[in-house]
Amino acid sequence: MDVVIPASDFRWILPEIALTGWALLLLLIGGFGKGTISSRVSGILCLVGSLFTIYYTVGLWGTRQDVFNGLYTIDDYGTFLKVLFLAILALIALISLKYGEETGIGSGEYYSLLMFGVLGMMVMVSSHSFVTIFIGLEVMSLSIYVLCGLMRDNVKSVEASLKYFLLGAFATAFLLYGIALIYASTGLVDVVELKQYILSKQPVAAPMFYIGLGLLIVGFGFKIASVPFHMWTPDVYQGAPTSVTAYMATGVKAAAFGALMRVFYTAFLPLISGWSEILWVIAVLTMCVGNITALVQQDVKRMLAYSSIAHAGYILVAFVTGDKVLSSSVLFYLVAYAFMNIGAFTVVMVLGRKGDENTDIESYAGLGRRHPFVALSMSIFLLSLAGVPPLAGFAGKFYVFSAAIKAHYYWLAVIGVLTSAIAAYYYLRVIMYMYFKEPSTMADPVENEPQYGASMLICIWALLHIGIFPRYFLLLAQKAVGIFS
Amino acid sequence: MSMTSIPLLSILIFFPLLGAVLLLFADRKRTLFIKVFTLVISLIEFVISLPLFFLFDEKAKVMQFVEKAQWFPEWGISYFLGIDGISLLLVMLTTFLTIICVLCSWESIEERVKEYYITFLFLETAMIGTLCSLDLILFYIFWELMLVPMYLLIGIWGGPRRIYAAIKFFLFTMAGSVLMLLAILALYFTYFNESGVYTFNVLELYKASIPIVKQYWLFGAFALSFAIKVPMFPVHTWLPDAHTEAPTAGSVILAGVLLKMGTYGFLRFAIPLFPGAAFDAVPIISTLAVIGIIYGAIVSMMQPDLKRLIAFSSVSHLGYVMLGMFAFNMQGMEGSIYQMLNHGISTGGLFLIVGMVYERRHTRMIAEFGGLSKVMPVFAVFFMIITLSSIALPGTNGFVGEFLILLGAFKANKVYGVLATTGVVLGAVYMLWMFQRVMFGVVTKEENKKLKDLGAREILILVPMVFLIILMGVYPKMFFKKMDTTVVAYMAFLKGKSAQHMPVSQVAAIPGMAGSEVIDKATKSTK
Repeated sequence: MDVVIPASDFRWILPEIALTGWALLLLLIGGFGKGTISSRVSGILCLVGSLFTIYYTVGLWGTRQDVFNGLYTIDDYGTFLKVLFLAILALIALISLKYGEETGIGSGEYYSLLMFGVLGMMVMVSSHSFVTIFIGLEVMSLSIYVLCGLMRDNVKSVEASLKYFLLGAFATAFLLYGIALIYASTGLVDVVELKQYILSKQPVAAPMFYIGLGLLIVGFGFKIASVPFHMWTPDVYQGAPTSVTAYMATGVKAAAFGALMRVFYTAFLPLISGWSEILWVIAVLTMCVGNITALVQQDVKRMLAYSSIAHAGYILVAFVTGDKVLSSSVLFYLVAYAFMNIGAFTVVMVLGRKGDENTDIESYAGLGRRHPFVALSMSIFLLSLAGVPPLAGFAGKFYVFSAAIKAHYYWLAVIGVLTSAIAAYYYLRVIMYMYFKEPSTMADPVENEPQYGASMLICIWALLHIGIFPRYFLLLAQKAVGIFS
Repeated sequence: MSMTSIPLLSILIFFPLLGAVLLLFADRKRTLFIKVFTLVISLIEFVISLPLFFLFDEKAKVMQFVEKAQWFPEWGISYFLGIDGISLLLVMLTTFLTIICVLCSWESIEERVKEYYITFLFLETAMIGTLCSLDLILFYIFWELMLVPMYLLIGIWGGPRRIYAAIKFFLFTMAGSVLMLLAILALYFTYFNESGVYTFNVLELYKASIPIVKQYWLFGAFALSFAIKVPMFPVHTWLPDAHTEAPTAGSVILAGVLLKMGTYGFLRFAIPLFPGAAFDAVPIISTLAVIGIIYGAIVSMMQPDLKRLIAFSSVSHLGYVMLGMFAFNMQGMEGSIYQMLNHGISTGGLFLIVGMVYERRHTRMIAEFGGLSKVMPVFAVFFMIITLSSIALPGTNGFVGEFLILLGAFKANKVYGVLATTGVVLGAVYMLWMFQRVMFGVVTKEENKKLKDLGAREILILVPMVFLIILMGVYPKMFFKKMDTTVVAYMAFLKGKSAQHMPVSQVAAIPGMAGSEVIDKATKSTK
């Protein structure tokens, strides 16, 4: 078979090309420049690059095109998620400007790795071929293995990197093995063709196929940090530089959910009665374990890590229902979740000092008095995470649980809301420390750099805007999931 | 320009919020300016609410001052406001009590004054929003929004165990309300399956006919959420802690308005949305209400702390409100609504009294006092009147409400009526005993001998309370005529909606006398 790639195909992947170009440019700067100036220049370039790429990506909205012989796809679903990844990248670049200098990680290579990671995410969600999805996943993961360990003289950071790498390699193996088994039993790696195959061969009897499906769930379960594949999360999130933690908690999760949803809502939708039961159990476990373990954490970064496990559980609730229209709530939730989490991690960074991250909950004591604006912002982020209206977190939960109720998953919804009531406790606890407690020792004054302030304001604005006027975003998300119908 | 074309309710809801936002820019050191500013805002707010009372059409059966705007049409979520005779009076109570609260915080709040008043104004917005919302999502948003400022009020400006109390308060209410959210969603999809329309409009949803088994579940979720807020026995345990630890103004607003949100929720949502289940729940709710009445009274008797005593007496008083409501007759219903207002005023007043004593002595232990009437005669007069209102002496507001409730309860079920009446006796016992120990006898403690009597500001706070106590006691018609039409229509609606679920005796009771006639008789008989 002759493979012909028309040159016009390349114009559909301009955002990816642009991103790669920027990343390579930053890598060059990292090689030649040294010190604060170079770090700042790289950061600003990364920020400009991501905004530039957003501009290109938004232009693709409404396009539906298979390119490169079906290995790559441009559609609204991918575009929606890509804009989200790039927005996350822009925010992370913004908050890294100062943090990178302070911790000494902010070299050109740091920013270029961030961009390569996003490139991987973008590839992951814009394909219906297992091979391309896998390549995207690996590009993303390799970048993050390195990013986690960037604080070379910090033992925890190195440990995080190694742990993520080893476990990540296992997960990759599971995923690849799953893909291989599915290929072995059907001869297909394309999810759309797979769907037709499954529909034409009801029931699909091969055990190999089902084992492959199970392994896929394991592989993706690792990336979205669902129980019982979540063990790495707290250590890695705690050890990694905070900006990278924010990046992983939002970007990686969104990318993994994006790919998972494309695979399961296209290829395996006919088999929903089977996998939804497995995912039902995983969702319940994830919500319970995440929230209950978060209750006892004394370290805010670790607490946010467990809370991010719990949030994966909420998203799975909507996922399980298999309702194609309401699956837009997954996308909506991911958007809301990105802003509240980046906001919260920004506050964690603000409190950090050189050589001491100050992530213990005690260092939040009296923050309401030491720096009212930071405390108020953190309260807004935490209340949004807890799902208090009219913030975006509430709107997100509202759509997720309405998906569950509509599909008659009453018990799943009940468990979901009860665990989110438990969650309110640990979010409130931080608010309690900030406003109700006096600092135990002489706490340092908080210096809120303008970059952090800008990031917090953007997140607050987004949370209020999405929370009070959710319509526009939900309609966009609904249009994006239109590709599943 | 006619008054009805002005979006009065929206102004009422967002005006305090505007005040709070403006306060953000105030200099935190200029505390007097902050206090005066907040007072002015709350006074203007009260003035804005007055036209509601006087322009309210007493004869109209429909929602008034309605505002409606599309918010999220695809999902049937709208910005839908309106009030009827039930919410009107509660809105008035809210705007009135807020002024009192601002005044009574004048000297007792010294720390973080700016944040305090911002929180309070924010709370007012949430409360009025809750009372005016006719869209379930809008209601839920305001309902949850009330939690945050109250949590901060207790947690920052409260007593020694404030953190425990604040978290307990938050978690109890949050757990209840998230289940309500699910019930709201389930109702929404049920109505869609029936009618093909997505809507959260309460007035539309009233029309739904939901299978009785489903009603049980949904009513259960709503009722649990509201019962926690009321609070009913046995989910009342957060209340004594919250009340005891909250600052005076926090206790006043908690007793005065926030607890009413629970009973209001039953009236506006739980009962009319699921009438079948509500009628079937009468034995359970009434029993719990009666337990609450008697248990609250007995526990009150044993309290050494004044604020705790009043907190437990709230459990008892709210028991009456629930009992009257679930009598499902005209008298019970009107008595119940009236008692909501009464409780707000008399228990609010008691908390103010305790706050004044506390500011002087920094203790609330009954044993620390005695003979105060000799030292503080003016204070004694106010305290006496409010105490008498709380134990429902004829001529005070409390009598009218309690009398009607008992009337309704007897009519519905003699056993509940008899049991509830014992609560009246117990109420007199604990309140009068408390009053005697604090106010009468000789002054035993040295510190009490030189206590200052009430100052002008304190008298200014208490006079309107006492004025209302007497006005509502001797001229209740002024208030009943505002709610009569609404309640008659409400009862007729319930009757029409599920006559099949109602015992015959209760159905027969509904078209009976209009409330104000009963009241006239009741008040005449006491003179």
